[in-house]
Amino acid sequence: MSGLSLFQLLNGVTFAALLFIVASGFTLIFGLLRIVNLAHGALYLMGGYCGYAVASASGNFFVGALAAMVCVGLAGLALDRGLLRFVGGNELRQVLLTLGVAFVVNDLLLVVFGGDTFTVPTPDFLRGALHVGTMFYPKYRLFVLGLGIVLFCVLWLMLYRTRLGALIRAGVDDPETIQAMGINIRRIFLLTFMLGAALAGLGGAVGGAFLTLYPSADAEILVFSLAVVIIGGRGSLLGAAVGALMVGLLNSIGQVMFPEFAYFVIFGPMALILAFRPYGLFGRAA
Amino acid sequence: MSQTAPAAPAHRVARIGLAAMGLGIAAFALLPLVLPTYQVSVLTEILIFAVLAMAIDVLAGYTGRTPLCHGAIFGVATYVAIYVSTQADGALLLPLVAGVVAATLVAAVFALLAIRTSGVYFLLLTIALGMIVWGMCLRWTSVTGGENGLRGALRPAALTDQLAFYYVVFAVVAVVALVMWRFVRSPFGLTLRGIRDSESRMRALGYNVSLHLFLAFTISGFFAGVAGVLYAMFNDFVSPSTVALSQSVEGLLMAIIGGVGTLFGAFLGSAIIIGLENFASLYTERWQTVLGLIFILIMIFAPEGILGRIRLWLSRRG
Repeated sequence: MSGLSLFQLLNGVTFAALLFIVASGFTLIFGLLRIVNLAHGALYLMGGYCGYAVASASGNFFVGALAAMVCVGLAGLALDRGLLRFVGGNELRQVLLTLGVAFVVNDLLLVVFGGDTFTVPTPDFLRGALHVGTMFYPKYRLFVLGLGIVLFCVLWLMLYRTRLGALIRAGVDDPETIQAMGINIRRIFLLTFMLGAALAGLGGAVGGAFLTLYPSADAEILVFSLAVVIIGGRGSLLGAAVGALMVGLLNSIGQVMFPEFAYFVIFGPMALILAFRPYGLFGRAA
Repeated sequence: MSQTAPAAPAHRVARIGLAAMGLGIAAFALLPLVLPTYQVSVLTEILIFAVLAMAIDVLAGYTGRTPLCHGAIFGVATYVAIYVSTQADGALLLPLVAGVVAATLVAAVFALLAIRTSGVYFLLLTIALGMIVWGMCLRWTSVTGGENGLRGALRPAALTDQLAFYYVVFAVVAVVALVMWRFVRSPFGLTLRGIRDSESRMRALGYNVSLHLFLAFTISGFFAGVAGVLYAMFNDFVSPSTVALSQSVEGLLMAIIGGVGTLFGAFLGSAIIIGLENFASLYTERWQTVLGLIFILIMIFAPEGILGRIRLWLSRRG
């Protein structure tokens, strides 16, 4: 394999790691609450801008990323408690409501930050390239790859090795029974929603450092997240990882080989998967 | 609660509906004669988008599947019509036919992929499908002109006058509305309603559910294509924002405001959204925020839409 294609391959995998960070939150919310949170892209962008502002002011990237998580997690709290509970029980209304929220948030971010492109400043030790054999690769992207893997492990441990995770998984399968057993499922829902939103915020801060932030970045990341979840299936962590890997790699292959049809290269295989498994690789009918 | 109230005599509701429709038609037919040119163009736009909203309503209201890709189907027709008109100079009919055919084909492909799902999954899928179109229009610069879009002149000399064009659109929209009305009340339309209410029962009764959904989606795409071609003639310009998600959202919002499943509510929804858009843009650049807020408020307070609300109210009053 030539150096160039290995480089592109790494680009695909690191992009996949970012996609996983964003889409894992999306699929968690979708899986448990049955809400397709179309404001997820807007939350990503909000997290990005927030991370940018705090990281620039404090001079510390990690403080910025943490601030993005907290800030967007709280936005998720406001969204769930302030708006979504008024349309509880009707999935379609919930989805369309989050769409309205996405429009408002995106437009207000445009008011605050303008149409300029921002890049979240990265810490010094992640700048520059790592020398591996004959090629150089940006350290920061490798850091994102590592973060994605760590996040997968943490989420997996949380979902499959803790009481909260057991409750979330049970809630995905049968919320009524969980409630009948005396567990406050609303609180689990809210926690999951905040966690999912916080992951979007983290994605924004992390992605804002190498994809840059601009007003339509939210729609772009939302489409990628949709593709990941459609391929992987609702609520499946493994599905999100596999979907992210596929979309990331296809995206980088598409950009190199068919720049004008990069979108097609991602969504063609997605369509093919759908033809055989309408609810995704690891999904089940809602 | 409403179950106990005696239902209003159907003929009374029908009479009120007929009167309202007559009033609406009269308004659309006569208003342009007294309005200045700019307002006439706003009315033209209202009629065109009402067709898009009706196309969406055919799916959302009669098959129970809410699509968010019709802006893209609409935009495909606009793109193809304008592209063909720049390639084939002077051809009048060819760009229009090509636009509608292209939209119908795209809708057929989308239908094949989407009809196996329903509910939220259907919505999600149609968003992703619509986004592919958007991505293509944005990136395939050699054909679509990328962000700069395409410019073309589709109107023949006789229709450059705003008022003359308005009445042509009026006639076309009237015919299309009539056809769609017949369509949703036909046995085929009734079958769609049956599928909406109980897919498994219709299947058990021996109806080919998938085929019905496929045809409904494709036909709905055809009508969205008609709207897109009219828009191409109206606007003479197309850019990726015409196929963007916000276009699908606006169309759906129009259908919802009017009342999903009322078909002609689309005219009301279109008038409200486009009227507001023109009105709001006088005072603020934040139309997107206004649109988002309308969406949120409608979803919380009036998900059945205006005509749906009135219908409920009438049937409760008895």
